Amino acid sequence: MTYIRPKFRHPGLPKNELGYTLAQYEGALSTLCAGCGHDSISAGIIQAAFDLNIQPHKLAKLSGIGCSSKTPTYFLSNSHGFNSVHGRMPSVATGANLANRDLTYFGVSGDGDTASIGMGQFVHVIRRNLNMTYIVMNNGCYGLTKGQDSATADAGSKNKSGHVNLFESIDLASLAIELGASFVAQSFSGDKEQLVPLIREAMKHPGFAFINVISPCVTFNNNVGSTKSYDYVREHIEGTGTKDFVPMMKEITTKYAEGTVQGVKMHDGSDLQLHKLANEWNPEDRISAINAVKTASAKHEILTGLLFIDRNTKDLHHLIQTAETPLNQLGENVLCPGNEVLKDINAGLR
Amino acid sequence: MSSTSHSKINDFVVRFANVNGTGSASANFLFTKSVFRMGIPVTPKNIFPSNIQGLPTWYEVRISEKGYLGRREGVDLMVAMNPQSMEGDVAIVKTGGYFLYDSTKPLHANYIRDDINYLGIPLMEMCNREYTDPRQRQLFKNIIYVGALSALFEIEFAVLEKLIAEQFPGKEQLIPPNIKALKMGVDYVQANFKFPLDIRVERRDLVKDAIMIDGNSACGLGAVYAGATVAAWYPITPSTSVVEAFSDYAAEYRTDKETGKRNVAIVQAEDELAAIGMVIGANWNGARSFTATSGPGVSLMNEFLGLAYFAEIPAVLIDVQRTGPSTGMPTRTQQSDVLEAAYASHGDTKHVLLFPSTPKECFEMTADAFDLAEELQTPVIVMTDLDLGMNDHVSPPLEWDDKRVYKRGKVLTAEDLDKMQRFGRYLDVDNDGITYRTYPGTHPTKGSFFTRGTSRDEYAAYTEDGGAYHRNMDRLIKKWNTAKNMVHAPQLYQEKSTRSTGVVFFGTSQYAAEEAIELLKAEGIEMDALRIKSFPFNQTVVDFVNDHEHVFVIEQNRDAQMRSLMMIEFSANPAKLVSVLNYDGMPITADNILKQVSQKLLLSQEKTTA
Ligand SMILES: Cc1ncc(C[n+]2csc(CCOP(=O)(O)OP(=O)(O)O)c2C)c(N)n1
Ligand code: SF4
Ligand SMILES: [Mg+2]
Repeated sequence: MTYIRPKFRHPGLPKNELGYTLAQYEGALSTLCAGCGHDSISAGIIQAAFDLNIQPHKLAKLSGIGCSSKTPTYFLSNSHGFNSVHGRMPSVATGANLANRDLTYFGVSGDGDTASIGMGQFVHVIRRNLNMTYIVMNNGCYGLTKGQDSATADAGSKNKSGHVNLFESIDLASLAIELGASFVAQSFSGDKEQLVPLIREAMKHPGFAFINVISPCVTFNNNVGSTKSYDYVREHIEGTGTKDFVPMMKEITTKYAEGTVQGVKMHDGSDLQLHKLANEWNPEDRISAINAVKTASAKHEILTGLLFIDRNTKDLHHLIQTAETPLNQLGENVLCPGNEVLKDINAGLR
Repeated sequence: MSSTSHSKINDFVVRFANVNGTGSASANFLFTKSVFRMGIPVTPKNIFPSNIQGLPTWYEVRISEKGYLGRREGVDLMVAMNPQSMEGDVAIVKTGGYFLYDSTKPLHANYIRDDINYLGIPLMEMCNREYTDPRQRQLFKNIIYVGALSALFEIEFAVLEKLIAEQFPGKEQLIPPNIKALKMGVDYVQANFKFPLDIRVERRDLVKDAIMIDGNSACGLGAVYAGATVAAWYPITPSTSVVEAFSDYAAEYRTDKETGKRNVAIVQAEDELAAIGMVIGANWNGARSFTATSGPGVSLMNEFLGLAYFAEIPAVLIDVQRTGPSTGMPTRTQQSDVLEAAYASHGDTKHVLLFPSTPKECFEMTADAFDLAEELQTPVIVMTDLDLGMNDHVSPPLEWDDKRVYKRGKVLTAEDLDKMQRFGRYLDVDNDGITYRTYPGTHPTKGSFFTRGTSRDEYAAYTEDGGAYHRNMDRLIKKWNTAKNMVHAPQLYQEKSTRSTGVVFFGTSQYAAEEAIELLKAEGIEMDALRIKSFPFNQTVVDFVNDHEHVFVIEQNRDAQMRSLMMIEFSANPAKLVSVLNYDGMPITADNILKQVSQKLLLSQEKTTA
């Protein structure tokens, strides 16, 4: 089936600083199931890129394999995209980023793609603090292969076919904090107000930024008994009282009551506003953040918002001291030592 | 000392039997280098265990005035420093040969043969007398036997002195004790043996401007010269030293001395899957990137290699082959990844392979691999092996043409895109199967496309249309055929085929094959020869096989993989392809080839006369 999106756009549509409309950040029409959480996240990505005045061609979007990993086709059609192999997007993103440090790297993965087949690469891309945004569209199941349990499905959670998961789930957010990720957030595909600012902050973050987004699979895992269904997630987010714990640009903090917002100066000069409801932990302290996530999950609550941030982080390029000029822009004049040097090398080998 | 009948000047084999981790490597290399400096072609082979300390290790040096650089069977002089392996070490000395051992303790009666000569030097006793530090005793013992050998073989002492001086720049205090140890060896020989031996070294001027280098260093250097900026790898013998060499040369030639900033990024990945993934990501984004691995790593990289083939992304992979299957003999050599590399990954997939034979070719082919990968937008695998990669080889000096421009292939710029109606990433504009690509970030509105391992149409849009898929697969074959004339042509050993029998070989079999061909020629058996340098095969290879009645295919694996490849790719007649195989983990020897070829020639003669 081919979908054709009507080309006509109202001339009066709002434009961002680059003069682009929101439509210029869209992609092809989605072929996911109607109501799939992943589509809402794509919409959030489009909005965040628009808000941040990102030049679409200066962003590279990468993914693995899965329904979630298909989404890069559905946003930013003027960006180069790379739908790699199952669970291996982090390595492709690493190579791409090393080749050109000047682009923005945006990775999308699923819970199967990340927490099972791709766990090794996920762990190591965090260790290396690659400067990228990494979103897991987490539905607790393998959507594309028709609903098998994933490693993030909670023990006791029941899927559509009535099967109950026996195994402990992997909590990607606390794992990421533990592994040293410099930005870790958690959100819900149904909460655009929280999700969009989180994506914006993630894209601005000068290191590895991870967002675990609960994103219900309406076709295989949205039933009663599932802990990744719309209903379950809505109820359990509200329960934590930390739903509002979002970082955001100053101008939209007005929605929050006076005195409940804590400002954090970011490197680009903007203010990151943290909602004071998060008083129970310090999001700049790794141990405190892990504690908060663990405490919430012990109470069957899903803690959302920005969980942890290290603003002084040093990304991979800083660690390995790559030149400022992107490596892919260097030519033989800089890279090749030439024949005179080779003669010296030869001389040393006689 | 019993009398000997052979007298061999500049033509013999010395083998050192040592214990791994005792510092023998540098002493043994000192010996090799001294022969090289005497102007004589020399070939050392490290025969080492997969172990860091304690197991037996051997170092075999062939000295050949005729310039035969392959291994030769049989040992003329054994330096037996390892009691663990002594029984076998005694056994392989040729009749009339020599057995040099530490005579501090008497030699066990089991090790006495009456057809060889014994050279006992009380090395341990001499060291204990001279040194107090146990490590020094160990290290200088090695230097003493090198001194002894120099006297026995009449290697000029000045040559050794110079080598020692060069070995310790800035650590001049280390020079005198080493010289002293060498002298102790010389003095002992002079006082106790008849010297020089009948096997000995005479100065020649045969090595000219040749260098001594291992293939892995040459590959690493080739990558530096070719402009590789991203290297990702996972340690595995025997490929590790490729990236180590790259890293060392990059530290020297790619680092801004003031800021410490580097025009290179080297990542030790978490596994080979990640290594090749990074290489593909970097190449996709317009940087030249490579990885090096060995068989087990290639196995892991299969899925990604298929992606790079199908999505048409350049990648350079250096496969330093070792003995498989599985972990096999990880520190022994083999040419057994030929089929695995040629068809790595599921589906109809094939890859460009290059087969270097010498360090010079390692350097050149690694550099060429980057051009080919980018021109063809596909993985290129450099098929070297442990023997080539980890042993030092006498090689012509490396050369670089300063006028050489990197061939980056069909890449569109923003200006190109502005002039275009519509960009089709997989549109065969030039009718050679090779399409145009763009790097991310090139143009605000034109030229972006989606890279994927799933089927797509000419404009990179996802499709499950059988027709579009079919067209794409056929175009990939068109590209493959284009590649046949871009990859390295084979080396022909004669202008045109004149004889009924041909020999085909590749990679490190070259040394032994050339020697065997010469020896056969001396016996009146002449054969045409061809060395394969690349895959896909170009027409010359096909013609050579078709033009000969019988073709010996020499290779270092059990399953005659190159022979299969010829059968698969151009329907070569299996009946005429006669395999000459070697798969004991040791580099193939001329003797071995001679034996197998003569046997088979004899058989075919019997058949025709019967
Ligand atoms: C090597 C390999 N094994 C298996 C598959 C089949 N496969 C495709 S998607 C998928 C699971 C995807 O699950 P997830 O990442 O959670 O994405 P979702 O579809 O749920 O968004 C699997 C197992 C594959 N593509 N590659
Ligand atoms: S199967 Fe599930 S995850 Fe996949 S598109 Fe449908 S709803 Fe979304
Ligand atoms: Mg999933």
